[in-house]
Amino acid sequence: MFKNTLSRRTLLQGTMAAGAMSAGGLGLAPLPALADPQWKKYAGTKLEVLLAKGPRGDNFQKNIKEFTDLTGIVVESEQVPEQQQRQKAVIELASGKPSFDVIHLSYHVQKRQFEKGGWLADLSGFMKDPNLTASDLTESDFSAAGLKYAKDDKGRLLSLPWSVDYFILYYNKEMFEKKNIAVPKTFEEMAAAAEKLTDPAAGTFGFVGRGLRNANMTLWTNFFLNYGGEFLDAKGEILTDGPEAVEATKLYQKLLTKYAPPGVSGFNWMESMASFSQGRSAMWLDGVGWAPPLEDPTASRIVGKVGYAVVPAGPKGQYSATYGDGIGIAAASKNKEAAFLLCQWAVSKKQGARLLQAGGGVPFRNSILNDQEVRSGVKLPKEWVQSVIDSAKISKLGLPVVVPVAEFRDLVGAGVTATLSGGDPAAELKTAHEQFRPILERSEKS
Amino acid sequence: MSNQLTATPPPRKAWRVPSYWPFVIPALIVVAGIIVFPWLFTIWMSMHEWKVGAPTTFVGLANYIRLPTDPRFVEAVGHTITYTLLSVILPVIFGTFAAVIFHQKFPFRGFLRGLFIMPMMATPVAVALVWTMMFHPQLGVLNYILSLFGLPAELWVFHPGSVIPSLVMVETWQWTPLVMLIVLGGLSAIPSEPYESARIDGANAWQMFRYITLPLITPFIFVASMIRMIDAVKSFDIIFAITQGGPGSASETINLYLYSVAFVYYDIGYGSAIAVVFFVLIVVLAAIMLYMRQRLHWNQTGGAA
Repeated sequence: MFKNTLSRRTLLQGTMAAGAMSAGGLGLAPLPALADPQWKKYAGTKLEVLLAKGPRGDNFQKNIKEFTDLTGIVVESEQVPEQQQRQKAVIELASGKPSFDVIHLSYHVQKRQFEKGGWLADLSGFMKDPNLTASDLTESDFSAAGLKYAKDDKGRLLSLPWSVDYFILYYNKEMFEKKNIAVPKTFEEMAAAAEKLTDPAAGTFGFVGRGLRNANMTLWTNFFLNYGGEFLDAKGEILTDGPEAVEATKLYQKLLTKYAPPGVSGFNWMESMASFSQGRSAMWLDGVGWAPPLEDPTASRIVGKVGYAVVPAGPKGQYSATYGDGIGIAAASKNKEAAFLLCQWAVSKKQGARLLQAGGGVPFRNSILNDQEVRSGVKLPKEWVQSVIDSAKISKLGLPVVVPVAEFRDLVGAGVTATLSGGDPAAELKTAHEQFRPILERSEKS
Repeated sequence: MSNQLTATPPPRKAWRVPSYWPFVIPALIVVAGIIVFPWLFTIWMSMHEWKVGAPTTFVGLANYIRLPTDPRFVEAVGHTITYTLLSVILPVIFGTFAAVIFHQKFPFRGFLRGLFIMPMMATPVAVALVWTMMFHPQLGVLNYILSLFGLPAELWVFHPGSVIPSLVMVETWQWTPLVMLIVLGGLSAIPSEPYESARIDGANAWQMFRYITLPLITPFIFVASMIRMIDAVKSFDIIFAITQGGPGSASETINLYLYSVAFVYYDIGYGSAIAVVFFVLIVVLAAIMLYMRQRLHWNQTGGAA
């Protein structure tokens, strides 16, 4: 959902840098030769992979030859646009005979659904097997959010966390300097800054973000979490009509009606990015992956003027709503060991470094993020890297981990969007809540 | 056949398989396989709690009982009816008007007619994307045009109150030519004598249109309305590409909701129930129109006699 655009040029630059680095740093060895798994053991196996279209898929397909050279495993992969990829995956997995061995999944949408369906193979055993797992790949290397996403409630590891998406604050340095405003550290400061930066006569606005139903939930939850909201109580009841949600929605409503461009209720990330990258809006809260297009002179008018910061703090805390994707193995696959080698390669240090350096995603592995050499290869501004690292410290899952995530996003999202045309936050949330609760009950009982 | 049997029962012939059956069977198989079976299967699915990835259970009519208590569905029905009414009435009015104009003789008529039906040939999704840009509140050309007349900027598809009329505008723009083509066919079938006598009697242009043209083309207008109605009720591409049912759920028609339920929420059973109700709704609407047409036809012949 978040990172679908990435200019080829930046990707190439990043990858070339990564290639140069690894060639220089590690000689010709394809992976650190600490204690290598038996890469060649499954040579000749053929694997099918279903990927979601985007920078992760690109990075995978671009370098897959290295994996085949390393292992002798032949990989057939397919990139399908996200929505269709999710449909295809669900239908095929439900049929019990998926056409793929390895599947790229969006945790924030599919985690519970995949777990309930029992569609993913348990990787815990493979992780402990030195014949299969490189010694540098340990569970503790993944960030807490990543492990939370990858493990089910019995503690089994069902996928490898691949790439994380934090929400960060993008701001237009030039506009801030002109009005002599400091970068907001809290929501209060952010609203005040947005007010000062809004000048409808000149066509410039203080804030922009997703207003479109469903898409808006990923933004809204940043407010919700920082007002102290929790999605589910101990009994698994949904809590999105409580006082925290109402306060969060009030802020959302204020920012998007008073200080945002007209028509924002129809904006997804694309329209928001258009407004921000044309210098029409001063602040934008969205996923961390948009830096490459914002720094691309052919797509953006504000190259070099973009500031990056963490999501400002709310009255009850400071969190960055976190989303992410992983790579797992279909439980029905007959080539699980070979598939595990492939998943391992996809989240390897080298592939992760390439992804980060191109700005196409942020690996869940701390050993990659904390590696100075990797960091110095990042072509994007240092502030961006810093915002990523700081966000990792305050990351919190951005959507409730339930099966009907899509319904949740549609129903509560519609209520939140309705406040943009004058709906009362408390009343709208209550209506949405009453519609969603029976759906959640129905899905959890079965 | 029953008449024959009662009139003169054949003395000794036993019933035999009619010789035309071998020719009918292939068609029957095709109809049964691609129309009847999916239809029955949909009804069967609609009586199950059927979610992708979960075991199915028979629930009888529970999915149907859930429908009237689902505010999103009730709203969707309202949106569908509003949207359909508007996008039948407007193209019919404009299309009839355009047909009357294009029926006159003037230079380049053929070329201009061709130009006029161009919107109909465009792909709906492409049309929708272009209109989305035109609707843009800040950069769109529609608000620019309004500003030339000193009118305030509109939010078009970005406000719940104006989203359905704005979508109908696209629908009207695209499908007025279809109505025009049908009505034009009707116009060219009208003989010229009634007009000559009307002119001698001193009728003006409006009177000729109202009392001669309109009654004679009414059957064609009905056909056009019927086609438009069926199209509008099932309209999906334009709405989905422009608003995806938004803002909020202000333009969510039954069709869009059905899509979400079945293919986004994977609730196949409930989705099937919506599909069945939707189908019934279309049949009822079509029946009402047919009934109206018959009544009008009867009036016409009655008036003429």
